[in-house]
Amino acid sequence: MNRAFTKILAIFWKDLLNEFRTKEIIVSVLVFILLVLVIFNFAFDTGTGASDTVASGILWVALTFGGVIGLNRTFAIEKENSRLEGLMLCPVDRSVIYWGKLAGIFTFMLVIAVVITPVFLALFNLPIFLPRLALIIILALLGFSAVGTLFSALAVNTRSRDIMLPVLLLPVVVPVIVSAVKATGPVLAGMPWGEISTWLQIMVAFDIIYLVIATLVFEYVIEE
Amino acid sequence: MDNNHTVRNLILWGLGFALMVAALSMVFVYVPTEKESGIVQRIFYFHVPVAWVSFLAFFITFISSILYLRKRTTKWDAIGCASAEIGVIFTTLVLITGPIWAKPAWGIWWTWDARLTTSLVLWLIYIGYLLVRSLATDSARGARYSAVIGIVGFIDVPIVFFTVNLWRTQHPTTIIFEGGLENSMLITLLVCLAAFTVLYVILVMQSTSLKTMEAEIKHMKNIQSD
Repeated sequence: MNRAFTKILAIFWKDLLNEFRTKEIIVSVLVFILLVLVIFNFAFDTGTGASDTVASGILWVALTFGGVIGLNRTFAIEKENSRLEGLMLCPVDRSVIYWGKLAGIFTFMLVIAVVITPVFLALFNLPIFLPRLALIIILALLGFSAVGTLFSALAVNTRSRDIMLPVLLLPVVVPVIVSAVKATGPVLAGMPWGEISTWLQIMVAFDIIYLVIATLVFEYVIEE
Repeated sequence: MDNNHTVRNLILWGLGFALMVAALSMVFVYVPTEKESGIVQRIFYFHVPVAWVSFLAFFITFISSILYLRKRTTKWDAIGCASAEIGVIFTTLVLITGPIWAKPAWGIWWTWDARLTTSLVLWLIYIGYLLVRSLATDSARGARYSAVIGIVGFIDVPIVFFTVNLWRTQHPTTIIFEGGLENSMLITLLVCLAAFTVLYVILVMQSTSLKTMEAEIKHMKNIQSD
């Protein structure tokens, strides 16, 4: 168990180091999400402030689309330099590779969310300090990354892989998106916990279910 | 062996044909017109069995996907794929017959209610299943990938239904089955369900044997070219 953890950490560290040096994923996705927010401002003509439901929808569409682009990049990089083969030659269990990649992807998504959410809240004139929103973001991004890691490893070996990932991923993560949007609205409006607890529970259940399933089936996705 | 197959096929085709004729005549002649929603309600006897078959088809795909990943025999891949194809066609029919019924009954083509939304999401998931098969870089990969989606996607169905149901609790839509069905209607529905289930079995068997033959021919060609 402990050895597996060290190996997961090694794969995670490799991805982190690569991102530090190239800054390929985080920066480009951040710019993209910022652009989505700007476009939404025009699309909905939000003026000085958006209603809580519209604002929560905007945040999650932006994070979802940005997430898909980020996910596509993480495995495309591995593919370009045949690094995926190298990773598979490592004497580790396939599930270790999954958890290593997941840790990297989840961390990138979190960093992106940490930077972009205050910007979003400021742009739409919403209260900036929302600790409960952080919890929603963590749970939603974990579920998104859990399925996303599995599907991007799969999509990278198909033709027209850039479109394959969203086509597969978005229908499956519908429960996460619905829950995140429904929980974010009341948080932005400053409503009590009772309004959001059910949605948090759904996300926790989704995260657990898909972390287990993805761990089990990941070996079939990258075996050659 | 071959003889057994022919006999079995004949029985199935005969049964399917008889049930279909019975179902049609019951829907159009036997069953009385529903008092409140009128003649359009008869699409119900088509809509419900088609919906049932699409769920059954995706369930069979789910089971075949697990068995394929365990045993790696082309048979399970062929059954899973055949069932998914039929499931997509039947879900398409559900999504077409639903609005035809909804417009006169509810006055709207579409509402984001739990059943409707789940069917749509289901349809999208299995479109992805079929796309992955045709876009995978080789067929063995496509079989493995689609099996993974067959598993991941099917587990998603109850979660989607539960979530969307909760999402739409403030917006109750028309209740279809208030107070249960009348006997003659229930019998008609059951016959229709049986007819469509047999149709599904026939379609899966045909499609599976076709896919198995295709794989065999491909295999033979490969041997020849080597």
